[in-house]
Amino acid sequence: MSFPFLLRRLVLVIPTLIGVSIIVFVLLRVVPGDPIMMMIPPGATEDDIDHLRQLYGLDKPILEQYLVWFSEVLKGDFGTSISLRQDVVELILSRLPATIELAVAAMFISVILGTSLALIGTFWSNQWPETIVDGFTGLNQAIPDFLWGLIFILAFGVLWPLLPVSGRIDPRINLDLVSQFYIVESLIRGEFSVFLTLIKHMIMPAIALALPLTAVIARSLKASLRETMTQDYIRMAQVKGFGPWRILIVEALRNAMIPTVALSGVQFNFLLGGTVLIERIFSYPGIGNMSIGAVIDRDLPLIQGLIITFAILFIVTNLVIDMSYRTLNPRVRNE
Amino acid sequence: MQIRIIAAALALFVGFGQAQADSHDDVLTIAYNVNLPSWDPTVGLSAVNPTIQSIYKSVFDQYVDQNPDLTFKNGLLTGWGWNEDRTKIWLEVRDDAYWHDGRNVTAADVVWSLERAGHPDTGNPIQFIWSTVGNFAVDGNRITADVLRFEPTIFKWMAFLTAYVLPKDYYESVGAEGFEKAPVGSGPYMVDQFERNSFVRLKRFDKYWGPQPEFETVIFKFVPDANSRVAEIESGSSDITIEIPYEQYDRLSEKDGLQGRNTPVSDIAMIFLNDVGVMEDANVRKALAHAIDKEAIVERLLRGYGVPIDTLQAPQYSAFDNSTKVETNPEKSKELLAASGYSPENPVRFKIQTTRGFKPKDYEIIQAIVGMWRNVGAEAEIEVYEIAKHFELRAQDTLAPAAFYNWGNAIGDPSTSTGFAMFGPSPHSTWDTDDLDAMIGPLWGEPDEEKRIAGYKAVDRYIAENAYVIPLLQFVQPIVHRDGIEVTPHVANFVLPQLVKKTN
Repeated sequence: MSFPFLLRRLVLVIPTLIGVSIIVFVLLRVVPGDPIMMMIPPGATEDDIDHLRQLYGLDKPILEQYLVWFSEVLKGDFGTSISLRQDVVELILSRLPATIELAVAAMFISVILGTSLALIGTFWSNQWPETIVDGFTGLNQAIPDFLWGLIFILAFGVLWPLLPVSGRIDPRINLDLVSQFYIVESLIRGEFSVFLTLIKHMIMPAIALALPLTAVIARSLKASLRETMTQDYIRMAQVKGFGPWRILIVEALRNAMIPTVALSGVQFNFLLGGTVLIERIFSYPGIGNMSIGAVIDRDLPLIQGLIITFAILFIVTNLVIDMSYRTLNPRVRNE
Repeated sequence: MQIRIIAAALALFVGFGQAQADSHDDVLTIAYNVNLPSWDPTVGLSAVNPTIQSIYKSVFDQYVDQNPDLTFKNGLLTGWGWNEDRTKIWLEVRDDAYWHDGRNVTAADVVWSLERAGHPDTGNPIQFIWSTVGNFAVDGNRITADVLRFEPTIFKWMAFLTAYVLPKDYYESVGAEGFEKAPVGSGPYMVDQFERNSFVRLKRFDKYWGPQPEFETVIFKFVPDANSRVAEIESGSSDITIEIPYEQYDRLSEKDGLQGRNTPVSDIAMIFLNDVGVMEDANVRKALAHAIDKEAIVERLLRGYGVPIDTLQAPQYSAFDNSTKVETNPEKSKELLAASGYSPENPVRFKIQTTRGFKPKDYEIIQAIVGMWRNVGAEAEIEVYEIAKHFELRAQDTLAPAAFYNWGNAIGDPSTSTGFAMFGPSPHSTWDTDDLDAMIGPLWGEPDEEKRIAGYKAVDRYIAENAYVIPLLQFVQPIVHRDGIEVTPHVANFVLPQLVKKTN
């Protein structure tokens, strides 16, 4: 991977983020829903309303509001949440780890499951296992993540109550963790009871998020594997007497993975977007859940902060995928 | 090796199941419908959000408290009143109250809380009420203050939104952000752990001045999705849940191990009429009001969970007058519309705005009403909007000719329902005409309570006769809880853990 490539991509991040911030800032002030109007109680006078508007800096023209906000953002200050009355950066940083852990777990599950399904479907091509794999992936593509979430809640939360239906951790546990990356930290510190309860709470939302992506990975990788398996170097490996599983996993998989890696990156962004609904359904305290609350409350500083955060996550994901793609694909790397 | 792996997997699964089945007799878990945004109950958006007051009331004390039937009782104050000419108020602070950090609650805390609430820069949305008194003086536990602007309902407001007493010394030492991180109150429960957007765990406060709650630990789980709340109670993960669809309430109430309680609460459904276009025609307004069969809406759409109303006063409110009625009479509606030249063949046309899913069956109620109107010669086009847009349009007085809304009034005073909803200069009113303003205006400062209440009853009758607003029904709060506990429903729509008892 070349340094100029990385530098070029990083430089492009700045105008992208400025563009996103302008669009978000203007849109939020143009769409209906004034946070001050949601705040005023019966009996408030026009003066009270004007005073509150002034207090939250919403009395100035949009351009002036943007410039004030942007100059503060450059100093790392995204303002104070109107509804939660806390620093926006602090709030997002306290909830972002939950979403990252959930999204990474979902990605991990979908990669493992999707790859396994693709390998099974390719190995037993045109036989009944492939039919089952195709049926399974078709079902997963047809059912959206939030519906999987509701099905899981009904099945494993109500009918067969094996797993908790809401939250990130058992509220009865005394948490003594320093960071917000609970799973990582509890593992590092050897607090396995905490780790177990975290996993219990994460299983259903993570699998619900993972299943649609699993289908995408399985289908793409299977198609790619099938094409790769017709390549000359695979025939050569067969002639050399390598076993079929070795040929599939060691020889074919690496090359077949290249388009799937690129696709997975795009899908990971969708997966991040999917956390909004899934976190809501499972009352999972991540930034997705927080986003819905912020929108309902018309909490402008928090919505702005959250959208910029999602934008940064998307940009970083795309950057990582591009770099992985270049690493895996020598043709692109040498361009 | 394989056997060990299978055994470990089984143990893990059994562990999962067991964790769910564990019951903790001294822990009460409530699957709650909203998140708690902020721990300061006196400032910002959350301070005027009625749905989170249950949590605030578990941790903080109010100046004045309310019984479940909305009658008033002592809070941190054991007495209150006016002097004879109503130029001063006096407050008596109880001497047996403590903050959760062990310090005594003092009259200075009460004064500081009132002054802070009345200061325009603290961001208290009810500042316009608290600023009506000032120049406080303390003598032991007795506080006196000057009335700067006469507000007859100030003591009722002391049991309402933002009327919480906060610890002066503690707040000043930790600041607003410190208070958010470690709130201290004087209520029956203290904050043990708070996971934002997830749960709050409370511990019983042993030095609480009132009756000791039966449960040592209370967990409010924030579960905004109604289906997830149903799953919470059905799976046994929570002991109580609220705000679930009535269909689910009926189903769960009949299930073994669960019980249902439903109580009419201080939240009503109404249709605002705007004094624009066809609504300026009294015949049209009256026809619309008489065409609605509220009983049918309650019985058929809400499965009986609602109380039809004819004024903006629910039966528990202090100005409720059973003699003010608006009869359902479609034939009369047709006659009224005919007098203005309308008929089912030539209907009067207008727009009605409504939320969808904000309140139980809100959109369906409006659909049913539009159907009833169509039968008598009124064709209403439904526009669905978000509640945020409703607030904005209402404040700008640009709502459609008809707009569905719900109005909460936990203290049951007519000024906080009819007064604010119908008085022209109020930013919450939609109907703005001089005749009505002339009737309501003098009541704001009426010192004689009986005359004030009688005045509002007359206003409500006048409104009903002229159909300036269409009150629909009083909502019912469905509560589902497990066997073995008794939940006391509160008309103010609170679910207070301190009122939950063990029955076995």
